[in-house]
Amino acid sequence: MIRVKAWIARLVGRLSRATGKGGGTTLPGRVLLKLDQDAIGKLGAGLGDGSTLISATNGKTTTASMLATVLASAGRHPIHNRAGSNMTWGVATALAEQGGSEGLFEVDEAWLPQVADQLGPHTILLGNLFRDQLDRYGETEALADAWAELARRSAGKTSFVLNADDPLIADIGNSSGEGTIYFGIEDETQALAELQHAHDAKLCRVCGHELTYDRAFVGHLGHYHCESCGMRRPEPEVAASSVTLKGMSGLTATIHSPEGDFALELPLPGLYNLYNALGAIATARQLGIPVADAVASLASMKAVFGRVERIEVGDVTLSILLIKNPAGANEVIRTLSLEPAPIDLWIALNDRIADGRDVSWIWDADFEMLAERLDRVTCTGTRASELALRLKYAGWPAEKTAVVDDPEVALDQALATADGQLFALPTYTALLDLRNLLADRGNTERYWEG
Amino acid sequence: MKLRLLSLYPDQMNIYADRGNILFLQHRCEWRGIEFEVTRCGPGERFDPAGFDLLYMGGGQDRDQKAVASDLNQTKQQAMRAAKDDGAAILAVCGGYQLLGESYELEGETIEGLGLVDLKTVREPGPRLIGPVAIEVDLDGEPKVLAGFENHGGRTRLGDCSPLGKVIHGHGNNGEDGFEGVKEDNLIGTYLHGPLLPKNAWLADHLIATGLEHHHGERPDLEPLEDSLENAAHAAALAAARNG
Repeated sequence: MIRVKAWIARLVGRLSRATGKGGGTTLPGRVLLKLDQDAIGKLGAGLGDGSTLISATNGKTTTASMLATVLASAGRHPIHNRAGSNMTWGVATALAEQGGSEGLFEVDEAWLPQVADQLGPHTILLGNLFRDQLDRYGETEALADAWAELARRSAGKTSFVLNADDPLIADIGNSSGEGTIYFGIEDETQALAELQHAHDAKLCRVCGHELTYDRAFVGHLGHYHCESCGMRRPEPEVAASSVTLKGMSGLTATIHSPEGDFALELPLPGLYNLYNALGAIATARQLGIPVADAVASLASMKAVFGRVERIEVGDVTLSILLIKNPAGANEVIRTLSLEPAPIDLWIALNDRIADGRDVSWIWDADFEMLAERLDRVTCTGTRASELALRLKYAGWPAEKTAVVDDPEVALDQALATADGQLFALPTYTALLDLRNLLADRGNTERYWEG
Repeated sequence: MKLRLLSLYPDQMNIYADRGNILFLQHRCEWRGIEFEVTRCGPGERFDPAGFDLLYMGGGQDRDQKAVASDLNQTKQQAMRAAKDDGAAILAVCGGYQLLGESYELEGETIEGLGLVDLKTVREPGPRLIGPVAIEVDLDGEPKVLAGFENHGGRTRLGDCSPLGKVIHGHGNNGEDGFEGVKEDNLIGTYLHGPLLPKNAWLADHLIATGLEHHHGERPDLEPLEDSLENAAHAAALAAARNG
């Protein structure tokens, strides 16, 4: 029966795409779950080699894409929700439409426990938890509690791969039992000068005492301990040192592992992508791929949909960087601050449900770091004026900011005045709209074809 | 002229970009040539109530908020009361608002608040009250609108005190009685974040004027600023609340 239902779901997806209605990455799954609410469990049970789940506030899509690249180099082609549709219907769509013996799914933070209970994965990679869309996810502590609960009931069945540098994530190792492995960064020279304002892990998860940070690399990710109960950051099995950041063009690092040390050349920028790479390498090792092979495959990594993408539009190189929460936006800002000034920006803030209706997070992102490096700024989206206001109070003169409500008009204005290089910083739904617009104009392919 | 702001628990109570409120006040003072001084006051620290004209406290995660509630009562209760009685402006948002009251409930436990105003925050069955919100407020004889975002599980019930305003769109204190926030003397408590002040510049200026009056004994006429972006951001927040 489940095969017939999956066939119907596939058909619906094909029809939707053929008629140009879009929604091809979620509609089949929605139909399938309507027909059978246990579809994920039933189709998942047919995966002979089991599945791997990936969740995090930031970096899910990129990390899953990295792991898919590594697996592909080893001739393994898992069923994978590669367009980043990561609620239950996205997972169900991938299961309905793709064939294979193993699964690789990125899963929305709030949906992870439910999807994991249905799929019974052999491996779960957890990357980080930052404040994000509080109206949708609630507090980070509450998510960490739900994940720890998941780890407790999965102990013995699921191996967890955890970020040692995030105290909210590393603590899950206290619940997940044996077979848990950790990854982290060991390069002290990459530490931030001070803890960023938008900081979400101040208290020890074990005893509630204030954590002491020796250093932080990205948001609250770093080296920490508790002076009260003695809790310490776990020793990472896969770690990076000797990191060199090279702006938008990527980074290099030495990867340490029980299999030896290897030189990583990653064509994606920023320490946040180094964390994604470490998570992918540690998980690949768990899935039987030698670290040397994983590190080598990552050198060929392409940027994924909207996570640092470059598209040629006429004589302008448009670099797209998704922003959606303070920690992620701060890493984008940090990456941009390594680019030669002055910088032309097209920046889009939407407050639709998938973006989070609450736009307060832009006041937690450190736009101050960019204010003196900007040239022309075009703000657009449903809350364009609030974005322009944020930049004004970050020190950027209001008269040098254009507020253009229509994203397409805004893009054309920004492209017309850009000096060869334009950075686009959209929130999630603005990214989808931008990508569709560029596809309509023939500048790039549609994302489900990519 | 000088405005002295006390930022209460900036490391614990900052979950809804509360620093945006302080940044907004700071620039609006500085653009008018008003000296602006921020003093941070965290766990275990005491403050002199005579030294501040405007006190600000934002919201926190449940665990942080519980620790802050106990610290407030141990180290700051008398100073908070003295500041209020002396006419200093107080703005407390979301979790900070809940802590001003007699008590609030968290995971079945009743936590003692500061007791500065006669209100209680309780848990009742039903979803969190989340969404864009707009209220009508009358602080100085002329009704005005505040727009923002609310996100709270607790239901706040007022005793012998007045609400800040009437709900136009959204839930307000408890989703039932149509009122939002609390106002008593120069104290304002509200669930509206987003952050509140950048999209309601008139309230920021009201607080600045009240704080300056507290410090210098006379309410100043604040120089108008070029507020077209501020007004546009207010209109967009109000439209979001209207559209639900």
